[in-house]
Amino acid sequence: MNNLWLVIRREYLTRVRRRSFILATLLTPIGLALFAVVANAVFSYENDDVKRIAVIDDGNLFDGALPDENGLYFRFVDQPLEELRGEGGDDRDFAGILVVPEVTNARSRNFRVQLFTDETLSIDAQSRIRRRVEDALREYKIEALDIDQTTLASLDTDVDVSVRSLTATAEGEDEDRSMAAVIGAAIGTVMGFLMYISVFVYGMMVMRSVMEEKTNRIVEVVISSVRPFTLLLGKIIGVGALGLTQVVAWMIMIPGLLFLVSLFFGLDAQPSQMPNSPEMDPAEMQSVIERMTGGLADLNWWLILPCFILYFLGGYFMYSALFAAVGSAMGDDMGESQTLTIPITIPVILAFYIMMSAIQNPNSSLAVWSSIFPLFAPIVMPARLAFDPPLWQVGLSLVVVFAFAALMVWMASRIYRVGILNYGKKSTLKDMGKWITAKY
Amino acid sequence: MSISHSAPVIEVRNVRKTYGEKVAVDDVTFSMPPDAILGLLGPNGAGKTSLIRMITTITAPDSGEIYFSGQPLSGYHPTQIGYLPEERGLYKSMYVGEQLLYLGQLKGMNVRVAEQSAREWLAKFELEGQWKKKVEELSKGMQQQVQFIATVLHDPKLLILDEPFSGLDPVNANRMRAEILRLHANGTAVIFSTHRMEQVEELCEFIVLINHGRNILQGKVQDIRRQFLEHRYRLTYQGTLPAAVAEHHQLLNPTVSTVDIQLSPGESGNDLLRSLLRLGVEIQGFHELLPSLNEIFIKRVSRVEQPQPLSHE
Repeated sequence: MNNLWLVIRREYLTRVRRRSFILATLLTPIGLALFAVVANAVFSYENDDVKRIAVIDDGNLFDGALPDENGLYFRFVDQPLEELRGEGGDDRDFAGILVVPEVTNARSRNFRVQLFTDETLSIDAQSRIRRRVEDALREYKIEALDIDQTTLASLDTDVDVSVRSLTATAEGEDEDRSMAAVIGAAIGTVMGFLMYISVFVYGMMVMRSVMEEKTNRIVEVVISSVRPFTLLLGKIIGVGALGLTQVVAWMIMIPGLLFLVSLFFGLDAQPSQMPNSPEMDPAEMQSVIERMTGGLADLNWWLILPCFILYFLGGYFMYSALFAAVGSAMGDDMGESQTLTIPITIPVILAFYIMMSAIQNPNSSLAVWSSIFPLFAPIVMPARLAFDPPLWQVGLSLVVVFAFAALMVWMASRIYRVGILNYGKKSTLKDMGKWITAKY
Repeated sequence: MSISHSAPVIEVRNVRKTYGEKVAVDDVTFSMPPDAILGLLGPNGAGKTSLIRMITTITAPDSGEIYFSGQPLSGYHPTQIGYLPEERGLYKSMYVGEQLLYLGQLKGMNVRVAEQSAREWLAKFELEGQWKKKVEELSKGMQQQVQFIATVLHDPKLLILDEPFSGLDPVNANRMRAEILRLHANGTAVIFSTHRMEQVEELCEFIVLINHGRNILQGKVQDIRRQFLEHRYRLTYQGTLPAAVAEHHQLLNPTVSTVDIQLSPGESGNDLLRSLLRLGVEIQGFHELLPSLNEIFIKRVSRVEQPQPLSHE
């Protein structure tokens, strides 16, 4: 036990102070914060390409009011089109002429305006001009056709599918669950993705650690004092603790830095500067936020968080043990790892895609079976947790995951104890299979 | 834990080890007196490393037993053993001091004791200033010295050195040899494993010769040599050898000034010397030819099977 602790400590300490680790831990959040700043700057980039548009409004559709907007400046003119077009080339103070004819038939569904310009207008500018005309026409028609504003407004109905529990009878549980799917998907994606990344990054780190000891030729000295199983376990736990350190550091630093950045640069909470996005009225916004927080509070965090941690541990142990086994079978050439790691990376990638599909259909039979199949479960099941999967499935899957992880650690230690003393040439999968049962 | 001092430090009984089809160690039996220096000799691939890995508990025998100071080998004993494997190295990115502390603690040392011992040993090798250096910053020779320190740091009862001098420059090799002899003088038993028999000939009191997994010869070096004596003397002389010498004695390997003489049955060295004086040979030197371990090995092997040329790295 004492030796296990020593190995864990060494694995952790020598890695945590490595420059590459410190840089990755610090630079990732800083990079993300920078990205946020840049992305925000790009999104909120004011169009500095100023275009003046002369408007000939024969039917007085706009009633002389057409507010300027984001680089587009409108000016109503009285001169006829020909005169304007004739105005000398370079001293023209407008980029284009918008000709809006008189509306002859209020019931017509087509209306044509003309825009004369020698410049290429951006799609954005064109569509903004179009929307202006549409809005003005709408106003005009409402009046011309004598339609009651309120009657018209009542045509637009917001249909809200309120999802409620079929089985729950208790008052408290009979709440609106319509946001559950959205929130579940978001949480599920985050968790599944986190699992996927950590399995790869830290699993590979365990593999490199094994290979390093083997190519350094230190391993035989070490296992003359420590049992190979202890060494392997210490490695997995030590690197796992390192991964946890990094994840926790990011969990603190990323929101913290983003908050700081938003203070200094005034990031908008909603970067919805897209011109086409419908304006959301504040009351509606309020209700969405309420339902979202309600949905978040509704989630069974007492199930989700412990389960996530359990799956994280199970998945990490399972895959890092496999990576360690592969690392021990590697020859002195680190470059040839590819062929041996592929059998491990394929299930991880498959699980990731199944996870994406499970978020869409959390109770499809693919999702259910994959969350019980041990190689996929650590990535697929966390994604389903927010969708209230049947408890028996969670229980069964956890049992399967942990049994399988234990089996993998055992199997890896069998391969490892032979592999680390096999210097020189890379071994094959067949060799590794033999080592599992070989006595040593 | 009762450790009787008369018990052999290592006793190997009928040990057998196979890897798949290959028999690496086949029914090896030997015992090693306490505080002896034992040479485990044999060509590459003879099974020396396999045997050592069982003694260091890295692997376990298929059958047979190994005793350490009279007790069956257990998980405790590695703390009593210092092992310098043939394939050896260090953690490149660890500091020298930190690395020695780690390896010492793995051997069950308390941190403070380990630090004291490590500093003493570094001082012995004039490496005091390297405590805070990373291993990768050291020269190859320094790294080898640190490796050796890591092996002896915990004051082991038994030191096992697998090809200890391979890759060492002569200065380092001599320094290490001196340290090994000093440890031995202080009561540490040493096992040398090598295929370069001439390297350990003068160091070992006992040898175990291994070929194809079997020990074909074992015992005290002196006894074995005597056993393989061919009763030949080398005569160094001045002038010309009187023709009568060849009539009375069987001469071998003549050169300008030396000749080897084979004793006839029942004849002693003194008899030969007297005879030579009587024949008027101007004697400059006269000594018995002792077979080298290499010659003994070749002789022993060729008696049982095809001669096995000793491979060199």
